[in-house]
Amino acid sequence: MDMFNFIMALGMACAMAIMLARLFAGPTLYDRVLAANSFGTKTILFLLVFSALSGRQDAIDIAMLYALINFVATIAILKFFRYRSLEISLAQMSLRRAVDGEDEA
Amino acid sequence: MTYSVGLTAVLVLLWLTLSGQYTLSGDYPLVIGFGVLSVVATVALTARMRILDRETVPILPALPLAMYWIWLGREILAANLAVVKLVMKPEIDVEPRLVRVPAEQRSGLGHAVFANSITLTPGTVTIDVEEDGFLIHALDTSFTDPAGFAEMGARSDLASDGKRKVL
Amino acid sequence: MSGAEIWHHLLFAISVASMSAGLVFVLAGAIGVIRLPDFYTRMHAAGVTDTLGAELVILGLILQAGDWQTMAKLALVGLLLFLTSPTATHAVANAAHRAGHKPDLAHFKPSHPRDLADEEGKA
Repeated sequence: MDMFNFIMALGMACAMAIMLARLFAGPTLYDRVLAANSFGTKTILFLLVFSALSGRQDAIDIAMLYALINFVATIAILKFFRYRSLEISLAQMSLRRAVDGEDEA
Repeated sequence: MTYSVGLTAVLVLLWLTLSGQYTLSGDYPLVIGFGVLSVVATVALTARMRILDRETVPILPALPLAMYWIWLGREILAANLAVVKLVMKPEIDVEPRLVRVPAEQRSGLGHAVFANSITLTPGTVTIDVEEDGFLIHALDTSFTDPAGFAEMGARSDLASDGKRKVL
Repeated sequence: MSGAEIWHHLLFAISVASMSAGLVFVLAGAIGVIRLPDFYTRMHAAGVTDTLGAELVILGLILQAGDWQTMAKLALVGLLLFLTSPTATHAVANAAHRAGHKPDLAHFKPSHPRDLADEEGKA
């Protein structure tokens, strides 16, 4: 089982490396955000396999935390690049949307 | 009242699962104390913010949704294999499409379940919500079958019980 | 061979099969992210193939976990990924669409599903 888990961890590391390549190469911002999010998912899987491999329970807790932070970080990056600020309220957002219309730039 | 009891039960279960300490006389009686404190504080704050409703504590008709998830799981598996086949071809040969799909669900929850199901099924992602439907990006023309979308929409409407409104 | 032993071997086999399938899906998604031509098509490979791959890997880990607490924690991570992954994909796609990032299509103007059938000659 340890051998198999080791191969799994190697595979996850390969997938993470490919995601990093897209993160550096991605022509648009959204490619990079997508690659970062996907990289996070693979990191979570890597941590889980690592926890099974080494028998350390704490890695699962770290993976759970990483899953939460990964999601919030993706949304926060998108919000920042849309409004150029993180201190914007929901009311201001809908106002902006109403002013911009469907903003099909 | 039902909602606060449900939230308390879920939070207690979560705390016990994550801490692994579920006896008062254990090595760390403090852990249980902190647990009680955080659960009470969370429920009290949620009640004070008046967001203790069906959206925060989704106590749903579990059986129809479970049946729907089993059906959806089969769809996801089939679509995943199709996407992997497309990606693994020696030459990438895809024809992306933007499609509008009408959303005829009776409740807000039905809309949410339908849109999320479309996104969960590989090859199709909900891009935008318009007044009477969804704008969907499909990886290939083989994923844009209107009959498939209609069946998924009808099933998600039935599963989410159209009589109840969310929001 | 005793019954418990057979059960143990069966669990092991299912776990290995599930985790291998998950690894195949994750790697296929990663390769798709490199190979596919534009952002919206990459999104299909990155965001969605991941979900099934991650769930399969977590299922395999649950089957080889010994105690109930580890199983519950792994199931919780699986639930979190199942809920957040499609939402994040939709958020990225919606942000790109709202910012005016146009997908690479044969023709951009989307048509209504009812006149899609006669308009489109399949390649």
